[in-house]
Amino acid sequence: MSNSEQVTAEATIDEICVMACAEAFRGDGEILCNPIGTVPIVGGRLARATFEPDLVYTDTVSVLPANDFPVGDPDAPKVVESWVPYRTVFDIVWSGKRHVMMGASQIDQWGNQNIAAIGDFRQPKAQLLGLRGAPGNLINHPTSYWVPNHSTRSFVASVDVVSGPGYDRMREIGSPGNRYHEVRRVVSNLGVFDFQTDDNRMRIASLHPGVTVEQVVEATAFELAGTDDAAETRLPTDEELYLIREVLDPGGARKAEFR
Amino acid sequence: MVDKRMTEDEVVAELKDGMTIGIGGWGSRRKPMSLVRAMLRSDLKDLTVVAYGGPDIGLLCAAGKLRRAVYGFVSLDSIPLEPHFRQARQSGAIEFTELDEGAFYLGLLAAAHRVPFYPTRAGLGSDMLTMNPELRTVTSPYDDGEELVAIPAFKLDAALIHMNRADAAGNGQFLGPDLYFDDLFAMAADKTYLSTEKIVPTENLLDEGPVHTLRIQRIFTDGVVEAPQGAHFTECPPDYGRDEAFQREYAATARDPEAWEAFRSTYLESPSHAEYLKALEARS
Repeated sequence: MSNSEQVTAEATIDEICVMACAEAFRGDGEILCNPIGTVPIVGGRLARATFEPDLVYTDTVSVLPANDFPVGDPDAPKVVESWVPYRTVFDIVWSGKRHVMMGASQIDQWGNQNIAAIGDFRQPKAQLLGLRGAPGNLINHPTSYWVPNHSTRSFVASVDVVSGPGYDRMREIGSPGNRYHEVRRVVSNLGVFDFQTDDNRMRIASLHPGVTVEQVVEATAFELAGTDDAAETRLPTDEELYLIREVLDPGGARKAEFR
Repeated sequence: MVDKRMTEDEVVAELKDGMTIGIGGWGSRRKPMSLVRAMLRSDLKDLTVVAYGGPDIGLLCAAGKLRRAVYGFVSLDSIPLEPHFRQARQSGAIEFTELDEGAFYLGLLAAAHRVPFYPTRAGLGSDMLTMNPELRTVTSPYDDGEELVAIPAFKLDAALIHMNRADAAGNGQFLGPDLYFDDLFAMAADKTYLSTEKIVPTENLLDEGPVHTLRIQRIFTDGVVEAPQGAHFTECPPDYGRDEAFQREYAATARDPEAWEAFRSTYLESPSHAEYLKALEARS
């Protein structure tokens, strides 16, 4: 990329998180990349624009655009490579050729996710989005999560409602029902987490630059694995920063999720 | 071909207290809002509504028409959670059947195909089964022996859908980016009522879109209502987009009883869709 000399400033936290979301799609090949939320969307587009060129990508309305285009601009020109009305999206979910990155109002050590409700679901204290597509996503194809506000209110000992089931629930289901279940990554504003442990408990995969293990432990209501040898999240290259800042999110919409 | 043209009020006169009614569209997209408003000004009560919910479910909650909502979600799209629905859930005002979005599609498909259920993995391990204790699982009769969730057929007494174009016999056409599940709603219901932006002669149905946009067949429709801007304030492309300013005004009424009362008397007490359009015009 010849424009990389235009990048002057250091990567900021929103750009590091975009990069970490992009990395969640590394190795996925030719599948539907379906991130939800601005930071994951910029991340997914960055993955396709760089190291995962075979991904297909939804515009979240009804088509698969083949070109790189900015977020937050409904009039951005699109090279349409296929049509995916919602019925087809569900068919793709069940086919398994999809990796979704969703939000999580609450997540626990096994990767159970809640976006449904706070309190008793019968009459919740706070009705959230609902189960949405989480039950079907988790049991059919890889899923990752993006949590912009890492705290003991989001990384909880026990979620109020299980929208997307985690590894303890999947152990109860057993084989063959659990065979397509995978919680790939959790990206937060503090670090990147995965479930690459003997019993699939959440582990620190890396911490963002400047974040300490103590800080993450303090902000997490359950015991994290991997506190002894936490790596540092990789920074975007100059080319990647250029793509984020100038091509995929020139309006800086990604920054709103950190306020 | 039989002429099925009716008014909104004639459609609602066919509906009865306690019925299960499917509503097409998706979130705040191509909802049959003129028919929903006709329901709001009727005496109907104790309804069960089945929908990929938007302001249809929100308004019916706010007006106290619902006993139960059956949904994959209830959203205004640009406002992620429908505020009147949120209020109804938090106050315990309605019974609810909340399903995974894809599983919901299978309930419609099962009803359309007249089978008792369709199997899926969606729901295994999640609280979808806890929230809906009436849901059952089924074991594959083949060698794999896999256990799956049996999503029961959503048998509908009536369905309401909104199309871009239709003929008077009830052949419907969508011209936007997505049919959503409106064909399945039509097939799943004993009676289906279709509102449309414009009734056109059958021989003109291919003037504005190719043959594969003709997705509602008249064998599945019982009434046709011509309602220009009938989906307002939800979107109905390519005819019009969502009226975001109006939607924001509507959403704000969930926090403010006085605002709700003003909204109700200005827009929901209009005796007909034509009068509603006049009230909209007076607004701008």
